[in-house]
Amino acid sequence: MQIKFDSSALGKTKWHEYAIRFILGGSITAVAGFIAKKFGPGIGGLFLAFPAIFPAGATLIEKHEKQRKAEQGLQGTKRARYAASVDAAGSSMGSIGLLVFAVLSWRFIPRHNALSVLAGSTLVWLGVSVLVWLVRKRT
Amino acid sequence: MIQIVVRFLLGGIVVSAFAIIADLLKPKSFAGLFGAAPSVALATLGLTVATEGASYAATEARSMMAGAIAFFVYGSAVSWLMMRYEIQALWATIFALPLWLGVAFATWSLWLR
Repeated sequence: MQIKFDSSALGKTKWHEYAIRFILGGSITAVAGFIAKKFGPGIGGLFLAFPAIFPAGATLIEKHEKQRKAEQGLQGTKRARYAASVDAAGSSMGSIGLLVFAVLSWRFIPRHNALSVLAGSTLVWLGVSVLVWLVRKRT
Repeated sequence: MIQIVVRFLLGGIVVSAFAIIADLLKPKSFAGLFGAAPSVALATLGLTVATEGASYAATEARSMMAGAIAFFVYGSAVSWLMMRYEIQALWATIFALPLWLGVAFATWSLWLR
């Protein structure tokens, strides 16, 4: 299966669904900072990999898939659940990249420019995640 | 207070940006990669370096490794729960959150503390 951009997906997401993701993302970032202040960076750091918008994202995928099937006159509950499940499996693969991002940030932030380290680590996150996805797809 | 507001806005923007990228991509398993994007970390670590110093930020990044391992377990569990027990996405993702917490804290306590 080929990787594709589908701009029509943007139209399916309503403004309040964008707002929910913005609020959830902003809240967990603020809470992570608060936890680090209160309990120290050791505990606070755990929340940098908290599945912040994962519940909202998976729910939206399920809902949109169901709507798509309903427009075709089909029920689509199973198909929608399958789509959300596949998305969750993809996130698991992305979390391997997230682990590499954390290792690189930990090792290089103290000795190099932080913004360069974060930019580089993000690229490596993407590379590792895509690699894991490709390997998983072929096996 | 200002720092919390800045964190909130920055976190909201970065998380939303990755979510929009995920919306645009197909197939779903590939788009799912962006559900584990380092969005909270990107919004946090740069600001932390500026306010608390590089050593503090590095300690946070070190702990993030435990969070990422927990994310892997969490994502796998959610995927399995939805397929095996046909639970709705909302409930599967919420019910599995204590699993993320448990694995993250256990990994941190046993390995990184």
